[in-house]
Amino acid sequence: MNKVRVLVGTRKGAFILSSDGKREKWDISGPHFGGWEMYHLKGSPADPDRIYASQSTGWFGQLIQRSSDGGKTWEPVGNKFAYEGETGTHQWYDGTPHPWEFKRVWHLEPSLHDPDTVFAGVEDAAIFKSSDGGRNWTELPGLRGHGSGPRWQPGAGGMCLHTIMIDPGDPKRMYIAISAAGAFRTDDGGASWKPINRGLYSKMMPDPTAEVGHCVHHLAMHPSKPEVLYMQKHWDVMRSDDAGENWTKVSGNLPVDFGFVIDVHAHQPKTIYVVPIKSDSEHFPPDGKLRVYRSKSGGHDWEPLAKGLPQENCYVNVLRDAMAVDSLEECGVYFGTTGGQVYASADAGDSWAPIVRDLPAVLSVEVQTLP
Amino acid sequence: MIRVELPAHLRTLARVEGEVTVNAGDTIGSVLDALERQYPMLLGTIRDQVSGARRPFLRFFACQEDLSHGGMEQRLPDKVLRGEEPMIVLGAIAGG
Repeated sequence: MNKVRVLVGTRKGAFILSSDGKREKWDISGPHFGGWEMYHLKGSPADPDRIYASQSTGWFGQLIQRSSDGGKTWEPVGNKFAYEGETGTHQWYDGTPHPWEFKRVWHLEPSLHDPDTVFAGVEDAAIFKSSDGGRNWTELPGLRGHGSGPRWQPGAGGMCLHTIMIDPGDPKRMYIAISAAGAFRTDDGGASWKPINRGLYSKMMPDPTAEVGHCVHHLAMHPSKPEVLYMQKHWDVMRSDDAGENWTKVSGNLPVDFGFVIDVHAHQPKTIYVVPIKSDSEHFPPDGKLRVYRSKSGGHDWEPLAKGLPQENCYVNVLRDAMAVDSLEECGVYFGTTGGQVYASADAGDSWAPIVRDLPAVLSVEVQTLP
Repeated sequence: MIRVELPAHLRTLARVEGEVTVNAGDTIGSVLDALERQYPMLLGTIRDQVSGARRPFLRFFACQEDLSHGGMEQRLPDKVLRGEEPMIVLGAIAGG
């Protein structure tokens, strides 16, 4: 029988939640790296025992940890993230120029085919690559060198490159997203990048349809339809059917179209999930009711999924990297909250139950489906 | 041998208990160089790997003196060089 392993990054350590294919009983391992902020952990699709983890604190900076046995043991690898060439400036919150400064790794994206190749999305926004299992990191400078960098600006969480997606049919094509610059695509393995933000409308910007400056919160795709992209923006849920060339708003009947996470069902490329969050400043579910919304048509028509989720007095947030799906026959959906709960649905979202309730604030959730 | 006292998180990272000892010269920088050679997992955790600057939430103390602001070429007190006192890498109490 298959197994699932849920990798949870929190404000105070990492946890690994394991279950068999029924997903009813869970073993909890952790905290790993207790006391450290674990922004993201992700396993290699090519070797599920290889897991990379981003570990940091304001005291001791950034570390990268690597496991080669599915998270039982870890070894620190390279943590030198040096920008290539002139670092230049981006915009600060008040619009003044601010020098690029490395702060932390938000997201680690292992190669689909090589366990030793992994990409890192960092704050201040840039993408780095390691081809030796995380020992050495080199920036792909074409992204910051695109020319629009001086117009990028931090979101409330910092100017972070938080999303990296690799096209499963074309490893030279990748997508990234930056708060608050927008989405970008490379078709040449990261040498050059182009903004893909046509169709986005951000009313808080001086030019709401500008090429860059949009606060994209997260992107998602289904591996069988890599040209179809989904986006949760600061406001608006968006879809592109042409690899990001053009975007259309698909918020439809969502109660609010602000949120952070977005993900796609493992077997139904048009079935997508979001968690609406009230904004601009509250950042908790509308009316204190935690609800996942599912669309089976790639957006526009959404249904609330509430069974098993708190429907009163719930004021948690669900952060951008804190939702994932497994690929078991009945797709499992998982998300973590800033209140420390990790919820799982073994029936594609119809019903939910907490795996754990009282972890530190959850920053990220990834799932591995194991043989 | 120079004795170095590390914050708890860095002791865990380096997989050591209590003080560590290093063969080093007589400056703070040389002690950190030796420490990072001996425990490469500490690279970047006490001083930034690119700029070489001390991390802002860490301070260096020895013999009741704050040695944090004299730069990496600052000479350590004689008692530290003789191994009678440790050089202390101290994490700020900042979280409350």
